[in-house]
Amino acid sequence: MSRAGRILLPLLGAVLFLLAWEVAVRILGVRPIMLPPPSAILHELSTAPLWFAEQAVYTTLITLAGFAMAAVLGVAFSILIVEWAVLERILFPLFVALNSVPKVAVAPLFIIWFGTGSEPKIAIAFLIAVFAVVIDSALGLRSVPADTLDLARALHGSRFKVLVRIKLYCALPHIFAGLKVAMSLALVGAIVGEFVSSGRGLGYVILTAQGQFDTARVFAAIAILGVLGVVLIGALDVVERYALPWRHRVAPGSGH
Amino acid sequence: MGRADASQPIIVSRDLTKRFGGRAGLTALDRISLDVREGEFVALLGPSGCGKSTFLRCLAGLEQPTEGELLFDGRPIQGPPQGLGIAFQRDALLDWFDVLQNVLLPAEFGGLRVRDHEPRARELLRMVGLQDFAHVYPSALSGGMRQRVAICRSLLLEPRLLLMDEPFGALDAMTRDQLNADLHRIWADRRMTTLFVTHSITEAVFLSTRVVVFSPRPGRVAENVVLDLPAHRTLALREEPEFLRYARGFRALFETMGLIHG
Ligand SMILES: Nc1ncnc2c1ncn2[C@@H]1O[C@H](COP(=O)(O)OP(=O)(O)O)[C@@H](O)[C@H]1O
Ligand SMILES: [Mg+2]
Repeated sequence: MSRAGRILLPLLGAVLFLLAWEVAVRILGVRPIMLPPPSAILHELSTAPLWFAEQAVYTTLITLAGFAMAAVLGVAFSILIVEWAVLERILFPLFVALNSVPKVAVAPLFIIWFGTGSEPKIAIAFLIAVFAVVIDSALGLRSVPADTLDLARALHGSRFKVLVRIKLYCALPHIFAGLKVAMSLALVGAIVGEFVSSGRGLGYVILTAQGQFDTARVFAAIAILGVLGVVLIGALDVVERYALPWRHRVAPGSGH
Repeated sequence: MGRADASQPIIVSRDLTKRFGGRAGLTALDRISLDVREGEFVALLGPSGCGKSTFLRCLAGLEQPTEGELLFDGRPIQGPPQGLGIAFQRDALLDWFDVLQNVLLPAEFGGLRVRDHEPRARELLRMVGLQDFAHVYPSALSGGMRQRVAICRSLLLEPRLLLMDEPFGALDAMTRDQLNADLHRIWADRRMTTLFVTHSITEAVFLSTRVVVFSPRPGRVAENVVLDLPAHRTLALREEPEFLRYARGFRALFETMGLIHG
């Protein structure tokens, strides 16, 4: 498909969806407090664009901080459990058990521990996101074909060289799959954190607007969150293309 | 180089037995006795599942024999020995490195200075006609070209012993012929001791100085034939009467083992 088609067709889908929404709300006479039309949401956004932007930036920073922690620590943890079977036996069941605790239930505890600043929100975003990274990264590190490992052994490759020259490269596509899931989950975590206690961010906007039955404002924040999710995942797609050049190019030096 | 005396075998296998899964388990190799001398090209010929790969893996130090003795240069093989070149059916190239980096892998993994081996790697690539592909990712190459890269990689450190496990098994017939001719040319040039696993009679007779036939499960040496064929060979040899006589002989042996029905 052409480049234009890849961007224009999804955009067409979104426009049709919004149009149908607008028309339906008007024809059926839905009360704006229940479901405002897209035009009202747009109007809401245009009344205080800078203020909305500020809240969006705050939520984005929380998300990215939680995501970065999940990425770094998640990959590091997966390396530990894949390389040392004993560590896996000791730590992995515990990790799975801890993960099955609903993170939302732990959020208030984080407020007690970390206060009401950014830290507890980053911690929740991290906790929700890290599991996906660990699972996919460990899967990837284990996906090296048996004969490749045999070859490495026959060539007397050290454990470290096998890890950084073979296993990590093999794992990269899996790691990126995990990172994309982790990014969406970190965004969820950031919003949950802001729900629990905050004076800023899109989660805070939703919560306060809901208290005032300002449905248009709730939808405005949700719309921003939707765009934010698409942009963050899209950014990861771009990073992936650069991190895995051998999947998209003929030669290391060539254009594409 | 410290080459051993030509009369001294480089590989000695004495009653080598390999069982998988304990005493009552599956016997993959049953008392294999085989000597290989420096400079020989030995084809291991036999049907699937007769233990050819297992034998090669024992030689590579990737499996330990259950019973018997396996010596390389007079010493028991405990782990992967030094001076080994290996090629598998799946070329096992690393997709994320370019062709040159793949050929240089034995130097890199052996802890040697990679830059010192680059001229040699480029020379090998030139030998197989891939000099213009040094900086291309393997994904851009055909199956035959990839297998050539794998052969270059196996030859980088001038191995004293080259182990090849059906390296051309996944290639189409024409590419396979080409690679047979290429490999023979390379071997005739440097005479590295080679063990070459195949289940193609034509390939075995064309390439080797000796053919060892394994019987089906459990693997035993059924036949051990030194070939009296010219040292320098072209694909045309495969139409000559002496070549066809050997091929017919091995086919007849496979028939008596019940592997081919006429
Ligand atoms: N790691 C293993 N564990 C159990 N059985 C194995 C293992 N490797 C090979 N075998 C068995 O040993 C026999 C010989 O296998 P292999 O050496 O691969 O044969 P070939 O290479 O001649 O096709 C087969 O029956 C195979 O299933
Ligand atoms: Mg095999």
